[in-house]
Amino acid sequence: MDRARTAAAPAEAPAAHRTGVAVEHAEQRPPSDGEAVFAVRDLTVSYGSNPAIVDVTMEIRRGEITALIGPSGCGKSTFIRCFNRMNDLIPTARVRGEITYHGVDLYGKGVDPVEVRRRVGMVFQKPNPFPKSIADNITFGPKVTGMKFDPDEIVERSLKRAALWDEVRNKLDDSAYSLSGGQQQRLCIARAIAVDPDVILMDEPCSALDPIATGRIEDLMRELQERYTIIIVTHNMQQAARVSDRTAFFTAEVESEENDHRFGRLVEYDLTENIFKNPQDSRTEDYVTGRFG
Amino acid sequence: MGVATPERTVRKALGELQRPAERKTKERVFRFLLFAATVVGVVVLGVLIVSVAIDGVPRINSTFFTNYYSRFPERTGIRSGLTGTLSLMVLTASFSFPIGVGAAIYLEEFAPKNRLTDLLEANVSNLAGVPSVVYGLLGAAVFVYLLDFGRSLLAASLALSLLILPVIIVAGRESIRAVPQAIRQGGLALGGTPWQVASRQVLPAAMPGILTGTILALSRAIGETAPILVVGAAFTRRADNVPWEPLDSFTALPIQIFQFVSNFQEEFRVDAASAGIVVLLVVLLLMNSAAILLRNRYSRRW
Ligand SMILES: Nc1ncnc2c1ncn2[C@@H]1O[C@H](COP(=O)(O)OP(=O)(O)OP(=O)(O)O)[C@@H](O)[C@H]1O
Ligand SMILES: [Mg+2]
Repeated sequence: MDRARTAAAPAEAPAAHRTGVAVEHAEQRPPSDGEAVFAVRDLTVSYGSNPAIVDVTMEIRRGEITALIGPSGCGKSTFIRCFNRMNDLIPTARVRGEITYHGVDLYGKGVDPVEVRRRVGMVFQKPNPFPKSIADNITFGPKVTGMKFDPDEIVERSLKRAALWDEVRNKLDDSAYSLSGGQQQRLCIARAIAVDPDVILMDEPCSALDPIATGRIEDLMRELQERYTIIIVTHNMQQAARVSDRTAFFTAEVESEENDHRFGRLVEYDLTENIFKNPQDSRTEDYVTGRFG
Repeated sequence: MGVATPERTVRKALGELQRPAERKTKERVFRFLLFAATVVGVVVLGVLIVSVAIDGVPRINSTFFTNYYSRFPERTGIRSGLTGTLSLMVLTASFSFPIGVGAAIYLEEFAPKNRLTDLLEANVSNLAGVPSVVYGLLGAAVFVYLLDFGRSLLAASLALSLLILPVIIVAGRESIRAVPQAIRQGGLALGGTPWQVASRQVLPAAMPGILTGTILALSRAIGETAPILVVGAAFTRRADNVPWEPLDSFTALPIQIFQFVSNFQEEFRVDAASAGIVVLLVVLLLMNSAAILLRNRYSRRW
């Protein structure tokens, strides 16, 4: 409604932050100090000869929650999997262009995907706890990454940060499969936190959950934001609007007249308030107002 | 919505949903044939088991287990066969299980997809169908003579290991494949190496299935006569076998039963042989129940 005001307010925040006037801006978004965690340049990902997402250029900033939205099949999952090199697991996937992580080329020579994943954690669409006890789910990451840790302490700390501790503190040795879907997803978040990553990727983390469980995970994300940079794929506009600082909108474009192959493009990337209240591109506006398709 | 569906039309439609009478009889005949086939198998097996049990059970007493072979039928026993079979099982399991599981993990989790591995995979399945006597001959040639293990427990258990390896590999691969991809992705996303994820998540998750397959394979090996005969099991052995003396000569339950049956005296040919068969069957039954128990208890619907 009131576009001028809402668009202007967030723009001031980073500047104020830099001058050190932090107190009044505790509520303000974005909290970013402007430093790019990831810089994506001309990224194209193809499966075989079919490009899934083409020429994406954007920066992900430290301490922010970045939402990726767009219609089904526009390559959001493909894109988010580039940040922790999960696409390496798909034999046909090919990545061109560049992603730097704190200035280092993620796909450069000698970069070990295992090392990347130790810093960039991921939470999947469907909760995927290991078929082990709750405690074992948490300690797997620290064990394989060779961290020195006290199991009891890391289990408690991770579960507390994932807002699950109170519900499971008395049954840490029970199977993770005995938890509800929402609890399982929070366990997966706790598991990702346990290795103390720098970034957490979430690909539709709430799509298998009810609204209450979803609400809890959204609250959780806002808390986690203080320590971690978060990238989230979501189909839920309200969710993107509620939790994210910046939003990137992708579309699926038809490649050519004669064949029906579609590939994704980044249409607009801006502060979330701008994307939802003052989009620059008509396609973004159609999508966020539900007039898409 | 507004137009009411005439009841007549609905009833007519329902009539069309019923099976035509002709198809009904055809189905009935077919079902009867299938049932008959099942019954024939079960009944024949049942009659065999009952007749063996009638002859054998009265012969079983404690000295039948504790005595070695004797020329006197009332004093003969299966002690050497029993200790031989148990030692064979322990050794066979300890050779075939690690190798089979290793091969299964490699083929499922690490092997590149190329012609060589395709060939390997096809052959593993083919090997499962090779007659057991062939493994015996191979064992005799390689382990008894070439490697000079002699007609020993070791040579026999290596031959049996070759026999059941393909079964373990196939069972292992199936249960490893049944572990959802999401588990692997979860492990890798936490910074696990492919090996860490395979050994700490995938393998434990697949273990109940692998164990079930291994026990079933072992229970097949336990009844095998041909391969250990070819490798050179002793007929009349009067000593115990233990797994930690693998170069000893040996005998096994099926061999002892075979030896009883070959005797012209009825007390051997019928009574002792049947008693030996009953013991062998009970051992087999115990192993198979353990496998089923394991499967029902730990198997997971992913
Ligand atoms: N493993 C794969 N092999 C081949 N093509 C793939 C693979 N994964 C995705 N694709 C293709 O890439 C395109 C983008 O898929 P992707 O899963 O990234 O979309 P998405 O935006 O995440 O969709 P959704 O919102 O439905 O999850 C689609 O056309 C899809 O068919
Ligand atoms: Mg997706």
